[in-house]
Amino acid sequence: MTEAVRAENRVVIAHVYTATAAIVLGAVFGALQGMSRASAFNAPAWFDYYRILTMHGVLMALVFTTFFICGLSLFVTYRSIPRPRKMILGWLGWWVMLLGVVMAAFEILAGNATVLYTFYAPLKASPWFYIGATILIIGTWIVAAEIFENVLWFRKNNPGVPVPLPAFTAAATFLMWWIATLGVVGEMYFLIPWAFGWTPGINVMLTRMLFWYFGHPLVYFWIMGAYICWYNIVPKFYNGKLFSDGLTRLTFIMLLLLSTPVGIHHEFMEPGISSTWKMLHTVTTYGVAIPSFITAFAIFASFEIAARLQGRRGFWQTVTSLPWNDPAFCGPAYGMLLFILGGFGGLVNASYSMDTLVHNTIWIVGHFHVTVGGPVALTFLGISYWMIPKLTGRALWKPDWALWQTRTWFIGMLVMSMSMHIAGLLGAPRRTAEVSYLGSAPNEWLGYMLVAAAGGLLLLTSILMFAAVAIGTLVVNEKGEDTTVEFAQPVAGTEPAPRMLQSLFRWGVVALIVAVLAYAGPLLEMLHNPGFLAPGMRTW
Amino acid sequence: MHIHKYERWWLTFGMGMLIVFLATIAFAAFADNMNPPSGLQAIDPTKVSKTPPFDHPGVRRLPDGSYEAYYVAQVFSFNPATITIPAGKKVTFYVTSPDVVHGFFIAKTDVNMMAIPGWVNSDSHVFRTKGTYLLICHEYCGIGHQNMFAKIEVR
Ligand code: HEM
Ligand SMILES: [Cu+2]
Repeated sequence: MTEAVRAENRVVIAHVYTATAAIVLGAVFGALQGMSRASAFNAPAWFDYYRILTMHGVLMALVFTTFFICGLSLFVTYRSIPRPRKMILGWLGWWVMLLGVVMAAFEILAGNATVLYTFYAPLKASPWFYIGATILIIGTWIVAAEIFENVLWFRKNNPGVPVPLPAFTAAATFLMWWIATLGVVGEMYFLIPWAFGWTPGINVMLTRMLFWYFGHPLVYFWIMGAYICWYNIVPKFYNGKLFSDGLTRLTFIMLLLLSTPVGIHHEFMEPGISSTWKMLHTVTTYGVAIPSFITAFAIFASFEIAARLQGRRGFWQTVTSLPWNDPAFCGPAYGMLLFILGGFGGLVNASYSMDTLVHNTIWIVGHFHVTVGGPVALTFLGISYWMIPKLTGRALWKPDWALWQTRTWFIGMLVMSMSMHIAGLLGAPRRTAEVSYLGSAPNEWLGYMLVAAAGGLLLLTSILMFAAVAIGTLVVNEKGEDTTVEFAQPVAGTEPAPRMLQSLFRWGVVALIVAVLAYAGPLLEMLHNPGFLAPGMRTW
Repeated sequence: MHIHKYERWWLTFGMGMLIVFLATIAFAAFADNMNPPSGLQAIDPTKVSKTPPFDHPGVRRLPDGSYEAYYVAQVFSFNPATITIPAGKKVTFYVTSPDVVHGFFIAKTDVNMMAIPGWVNSDSHVFRTKGTYLLICHEYCGIGHQNMFAKIEVR
C-alpha cells in the first residue's frame, strides 16, 4: 500500500468506525426499547423511554447510515478513480459531521430535545439540536462535493470514457441526497428562529411537508448505499459478474429521479393536504419500485451467470454454489432475503387506502426494520468484513464470529419484525413506552411484544459480536493482508452504457424539476390555505 | 441498449402488477369514495376551547340519524374520555389539537388520522359489532404519551 492510498484509507476508516460506534450504541437503546414495550423494563425518570427512542432513531437513521454511506462512497470513488489527491474535503466533511452529531447528541442526552428523530413541530427542542442537525447535513454536502469533484476530474481528463461505475453510483447517490436535503434545511430555516423565540409560532403542516420531502429520499439514500455494494462489490465474493452496466446506471438514474417526488405518502392521514396530492404521490411511489425490480433481476441473473461459469445449472445448484461461509457475502445475501419482505410491506403502506390499517402502528416499525434494519444494515455490516481488511491490511479477527453475526442478525430481525408486523395489524401502536394502556389494551399485544423483545436481545448479541470483530481486527491482528480492490466487471461482450445514461449531472437537473413539480401543487394549496401558526411547547 | 428477453418479461410483469394495484386504489377512491382523512378546515390552536363546537366536545345526533363526535386531543388525554354510540349507525369523528401533534386511532378499525394543531381532521365509520373500543393517541406527544387513550362504547 502506498502512502497516498493509506492517507485515503484513513478518511474512510474514520467514517466507517464512527458508523460502527453508532450502530453498537443504537442497538443497546433498541434492545431496551423492545423490553420496555414488553413491560420487562422500566426506563428511569432521568433517562426516560422517549429520550432512549430519540437516541436510537438519531443514531441509527441519521448517524450510522450517513457516516457509513459517506465512507463507502468515498472508498469506491477513490479506488475506482486512482489519482493523486488532497484529503482536505474528506476530512473536513467528517469533522463537520461529527461536530453536528456531538451538538445534537448533547442536547438529546441533556433532555433538551426529546423530540424523536423526526422532530415534529410544534414539539419545541433546544435550538442547538436543530443547529447540530443542520451542521451534520452541511458536513454531508462537503463529502458530496469531494465525490463530485472526482467525477468531474475524471471527465475532464478522460474525454469520451464513461465514469467508472462505482464512482458513478456514488455520485448519483449523493446527487439525490443533495436534492433531498434541501427540504430539511428549508425546514430548519423555520425551526431555528422559532426555537430561539424570535418568531411567535410555526406552520406545522409546512414543516411536516418539508420534513417528508427529505424523509422519504432519506430511506432511498440508504437503499442506494446498499445497491452500491450489491452491484459493484458483492459479485466479487462469488466470482461473479455485473449483469449489465447500462441497466445499473439506469437504476441509479431512476432512483435519482423518483426518490423525491413521493414524500406525501408519509402524510396520507393528515389534514391540510387534499386527496388529489396524496393520490399523485401514490402513483410516483409505485414508480420508484421499478428500479428495485431491475435490481432484483440483476442480482439473480448475476448469481446464475456465476454458477454457469462453474458448470452448475438450475435453482439448487446455483444456490449451493454461493459462498454461504463467507460473512462478507452472507451479510448482503441475508439482507436481500429480508428485502423481499420489505418490498411487499412497502406496497401495502404506499397504497393510499390500505395505509389506514397500519399507519403509525408497530407494523411500520416492523417494515423499516426489514428494509433499513435488515437489508441496509446487514449489507453494511457484511461489506465491513471485506472493507476493514482492505483498509487496514489486517486479516479479519474471528471470521467465524462474523459469520454467526450475520446469521443471528438475520434471525433476530426476522423474529422482531414479524411479530411487529402482526401486532401492528392487531392495532398495537408504535412510539410508546408500553402497550398496556393501564390494562385496557387487548391481551395479545403484549405477547407479540415479548417475542419482539427476544428478537431485540438476539440482535444486541449479534452487534456485540460485530464490535468484537471490528475492534479485534484493529488491535489483535497483524498486517499482511492483500489490499488490492477490484470491482465487479460486466459480463464479457456486453456493450457499454448508451451516452444518455452517462450524463449524470444533466439528470440531476431533471430530478430537481421533477421534485419541484411534485410539490408545487401541495405547496400552492398550502399558501392558499395556510391555517394558523402554533406556538409550540415542551411536553417532556 | 440490449435488454434480455427474460428481463423484458419480468419488467412487463412487474409494471403490470403496479398498474393493477394503482387501478384498484383509484377505483376504490373514485367509485367507493375510499379516501384518507384530509380535513381542510383551519382552526386557531390557541382558541380551541372557545371555538364551537370544540368548546363543548362530545357526541351529537343529526336529524338524518347519523352521529357526529367532536374530540379535542391534548396532552395527555382525549376530551371526551368516553362516549356511547349505537351500533350500525354512521359516526363522523372530528378532531383537533390545541398543543402538539397527536394521533387518533381506534384500534381494530380503519379510523386512523392525525390531529394537527391548526387543523380539523375528520373520518367516518360504522361500528358493526357492539363492545368497547380503544381510542389511542398513536403519535408521540410527550412524556405521558403512552397513557393517552379514551374509550368508545358501542351499544
Ligand atoms: C439491535 C437492533 C435493533 C433493535 C433491537 C431495534 C428495536 C427497535 C424498536 C423496539 C423500535 C420501536 C420503538 C417504538 O416505536 O416505540 C425501534 C424503532 C426504530 N428503529 Fe430500531 N432496532 C434495531 C436496529 C435498528 C437499525 C439497524 C436501524 C436503522 C439503521 C433502526 C432504526 C429504527 C428507527 C428509525 C426507529 C423509529 C424511531 C422512532 O419511531 O422515532 N433500528 N427499533
Ligand atoms: Cu398524544
